Amino acid sequence: MMRVEVLFFGKLVDIAGASLQMNNVRSTDELLEQLRLQYPALAAEKFMIAVDKKTISTNTSLTENCTVALLPPFSGG
Amino acid sequence: MNNDQLYERYQRQLILKGFGAEAQQKLLSASVLVIGAGGLGCPLLQYLVAAGVGSIGIVDDDVVALSNLHRQVLYNVQMIGRPKVDCAVEVLKQLNPQVRFTVYNERLTNKNAVSILSAFDIIVDGSDNFATRYLVNDACVLLNKPLVYGAISQYEGQLAVFNVLLNHERSTNYRDLFPHPPKEGEVLNCAEAGVLGVLPGIIGSMMANETIKLITGTGTLLANRLLTYNTLNNQTYELEITAIADTRLLIPATEAVLQQTDYEMLCSSTTVMNEINTTQFNSMIADGSVAIVDVREKDELPVITAFSHLQIPLNSLQQHTAWLTEDTIVLFCLSGKRSAAAAKQLNELFGTSKKIYSLKGGIQQWMQQQKQTV
Repeated sequence: MMRVEVLFFGKLVDIAGASLQMNNVRSTDELLEQLRLQYPALAAEKFMIAVDKKTISTNTSLTENCTVALLPPFSGG
Repeated sequence: MNNDQLYERYQRQLILKGFGAEAQQKLLSASVLVIGAGGLGCPLLQYLVAAGVGSIGIVDDDVVALSNLHRQVLYNVQMIGRPKVDCAVEVLKQLNPQVRFTVYNERLTNKNAVSILSAFDIIVDGSDNFATRYLVNDACVLLNKPLVYGAISQYEGQLAVFNVLLNHERSTNYRDLFPHPPKEGEVLNCAEAGVLGVLPGIIGSMMANETIKLITGTGTLLANRLLTYNTLNNQTYELEITAIADTRLLIPATEAVLQQTDYEMLCSSTTVMNEINTTQFNSMIADGSVAIVDVREKDELPVITAFSHLQIPLNSLQQHTAWLTEDTIVLFCLSGKRSAAAAKQLNELFGTSKKIYSLKGGIQQWMQQQKQTV
């Protein structure tokens, strides 16, 4: 069973908590699909994705024990 | 100031290993533009001025308010109502009279950005809105200026150095992180979400640190990297920013194009799904064939009895879509933000099969309007 750790930042924490474990998601697209089913409010949020601390801009395959971070933009100053 | 005084003022950093007279000389001949003299701008300005940066520009069109004082530590109660740039320079001149200040008591816009930014070597962004942040980023890429970036939200901060020349190549910029500006309502601002005063103090100080490193060539810059800091648990998370090939196409290639790009519009709610005003809302109520939905939590005030409606809180909307049998759905909440988010969700779900509307200004504005018309 493949396990992936997901980290949330900013106001995404209010929706999904600071982190969670997901099983058997093979790509970032699959992960997002499952997350949006579990947390519908995520659909209205803007965020960027990093896999193992590297930002990605296209669907990316996930590996055992990798970490996916979801970070929203901040504008405050 | 004579050399003895100069030495005495900067003695603690002059004796620092890896810094010294050469680094100090670089600081004294550097010019830095600080955009925004608010929560991030205050600590930034204090440390840049104290460190001896030769020339400093400050852009801000705001005046000091009482609600600023918990985090904008350059100001005091006597300054309330006065322009921030004037108050800041007053205080900073007493800290270090040798620094040359240029103040711009105006909002940075697509029209004045190029002329203001051109006069400085390094740009530091402590602004408080996305329109300015995208404008500053794009102008820095266009003008080949390094940009020190910091931003905060609630208990977290982000920090990076963009567009710096490393091995004859410009490092990644804000568009590589977030290519497109968010629309109003997609993200919180400080006024809605709140912020603890010490957070901009921390992030602003880190921005000053990156600026000083950038000027003096000391240490390793946060180039091609994004650092996040959380004040609640002291956790930091550092990411590598991967360049996105197409982002260059999103950035104006000439000054003329930049001046024609409406950044306020790019970040505003005007292009968000169908928002209706109170008059349109009233005619929808009168229509009768429309589903009116309150997306607030069940026990939220005020309780609405003036018209019949469904109650489906935003966070359980997706589980209750079966209730929405009508072809037209009108959503409302207190201020219009959550209903806009709900409308976006339903738009994605139903596509063109249903017409989805959100009440602009929320039930708050509707009730005010009702009072006025009675």
